[in-house]
Amino acid sequence: MSSGMSSPTGNFEIIRLTDAWKIYKMGRQEVHALAGVNASFAKGSFWAIMGPSGSGKSTMMNILGCLDRLTKGRYFFDGQDISTFSDDELSDLRLRRVGFIFQSFNLIPQLTVQKNIELPLYYLGWDARRSSERARYLAEQVGLAERLNHRPTELSGGQMQRVAIARALANDPQVIFADEPTGNLDTKTGLQILNLLQKFNENGKTIIMVTHEPDIAAFAQYQMHMRDGQIERIDGGNK
Amino acid sequence: MRQTRLIRNIALGIENLLLHKLRSFLTMLGIVFGVGSVVAMLSVGEGASKEALEQIRKLGSNNIIISSVKAVEDESMTNTRIFMSVYGLTYEDYRRISESFKNVQKTAPAKIIRKESRLGERSLELRVVGTTPAWFELVPRDIIAGRILTNADVEKQAPVAVLTEYGARRLLAAEHTIGQTLRIGGDSFLIVGIVRSESGQAGNIQIPDQEVDAYIPIEVARRYFGDIQTRVAAGTREREKVELHQVILQIDSSDHVEPTAAAIEQMLKRFHKKKDYTISVPLALLKQAEATKRRFNIVLGSIAGISLLVGGIGIMNIMLASVTERTREIGIRRAIGAKRRQIIFQFLIETVVLSTTGGIIGLGVGIFIPFVITIVSGMATVLTLWGILLPLLISMLIGILFGLYPAIHAAQVDPIVALRHE
Repeated sequence: MSSGMSSPTGNFEIIRLTDAWKIYKMGRQEVHALAGVNASFAKGSFWAIMGPSGSGKSTMMNILGCLDRLTKGRYFFDGQDISTFSDDELSDLRLRRVGFIFQSFNLIPQLTVQKNIELPLYYLGWDARRSSERARYLAEQVGLAERLNHRPTELSGGQMQRVAIARALANDPQVIFADEPTGNLDTKTGLQILNLLQKFNENGKTIIMVTHEPDIAAFAQYQMHMRDGQIERIDGGNK
Repeated sequence: MRQTRLIRNIALGIENLLLHKLRSFLTMLGIVFGVGSVVAMLSVGEGASKEALEQIRKLGSNNIIISSVKAVEDESMTNTRIFMSVYGLTYEDYRRISESFKNVQKTAPAKIIRKESRLGERSLELRVVGTTPAWFELVPRDIIAGRILTNADVEKQAPVAVLTEYGARRLLAAEHTIGQTLRIGGDSFLIVGIVRSESGQAGNIQIPDQEVDAYIPIEVARRYFGDIQTRVAAGTREREKVELHQVILQIDSSDHVEPTAAAIEQMLKRFHKKKDYTISVPLALLKQAEATKRRFNIVLGSIAGISLLVGGIGIMNIMLASVTERTREIGIRRAIGAKRRQIIFQFLIETVVLSTTGGIIGLGVGIFIPFVITIVSGMATVLTLWGILLPLLISMLIGILFGLYPAIHAAQVDPIVALRHE
């Protein structure tokens, strides 16, 4: 596998941005959160997107995660141009092919661990029995099998993030987006989470993670440094 | 799949509402009272109209009842030892009414005399009604035993009598009494049948039959008892000449009842110098009852409507607050892949569950209120299936109507913003 910035090679590429622009209007001023980004992410790669605040890394994350749309340019997901997708089509793409992990875990507090993990399956229309089996399996994968009936508020931060990982994996996504996944965790717990992410990356999941900590970014195969809405440089690729 | 998803959505809705039990309950109250008053209104209204219909049935819905009364002018002269008062409907009136109005389908005359009667050992003052077989069509009552008067009885001027259930019982008459001889005054009559009877008032109209009636052919009554009656009251002998005491008419359709009544009144006016008759129209009673019911419904309906409106707005208010409170949840669901319409559906279901639950509780209140009304005021109340389904339907509709805006509002939440929402 060559560098993530190499020209598209069809089957090996999961995400590709060509001349991607995201422009916000702040009063009379235009803010170029993304200013003509070209990027390619290979299948099965592990990326860390870094940069100071205002560099455009969050916008990059939202765009890549299909939560937001480009103002200009093209976005190919697994070879398909999704720049023109409708809100419903993007929702469906997120539902079937993408998983999210957030800094603040974003579990639904009134639902049990099991229901939280099952959430994507609910929207996929799985029946209760199959969903429950899958939730149990995933909980075992992240080491929380005995917490299925707890509420998120009864868990520690590390446990909550494990639940979030299990939920992100529920729909067997191609790409997992992790937005500062260790930001709210102590170092030791953060490392455990990163190890989990690495494990799933080794199992073939593409992982794109936003972080501002270099030692966390070091876990990734590639480090993309952003500044002023553009890619400053890409490190790594020699793991 | 659709169905299980709906069920799961409902279950989720209930779960969410149970998280805030007091809030959910308070939110429901408006709907509870609104639906309660709708149910109560419908059942009281239904009861009133059923009561009115029952009265109309006793009187005959397309009937007109004309009765002889002593004119007001004559009333004051009773003390002046007048030789004889002559008033009321005549045989000639009866003939004219029967023949001159095309909308009059059937007519029954009644000559009413109170006579002491005896059967074996027992005696009872009966109200002897001289009439024709048409009476039994215009005042339809169940036949308990034997038969009613026939045309043959009238033609042959047969001395036969039909008793009412009450009178028969008082005279210790029963099925085996048929064929026995009843003595009315000094004359013998053959008992040929027993019919059921109604009694009392319907609105301000006297029901045509009474419990102590004995029906005999009119010609027989006329021949045996004559047109002149002598009443002994307070030491004076009052003599009256009345040819017919009552004429009952059946009109072909309800549309013609009132015009015909007016026309008959016009005609009677020409032949009677004094107003010695009254015309009763049961249909007018029905219309009066319906007008009352309508007024009643408008008042209660407005109260219910306002209450439901307030309830709906209350629900909308709380749901909007709930959407704001759960912005983050909405963001999570959207990020995971929920479509806008699925978010709308989720919140809509929640609102409908809330309002329908309110509706069901309101139904309980609404059933209880008429129950109390019936006990306290004796007013009849009727609970119909429609009276239950309609309020439930209304409460569901309120949920949809007032839930739609908060639900759409929820679906408009931007997941990116929502996920950063603290």
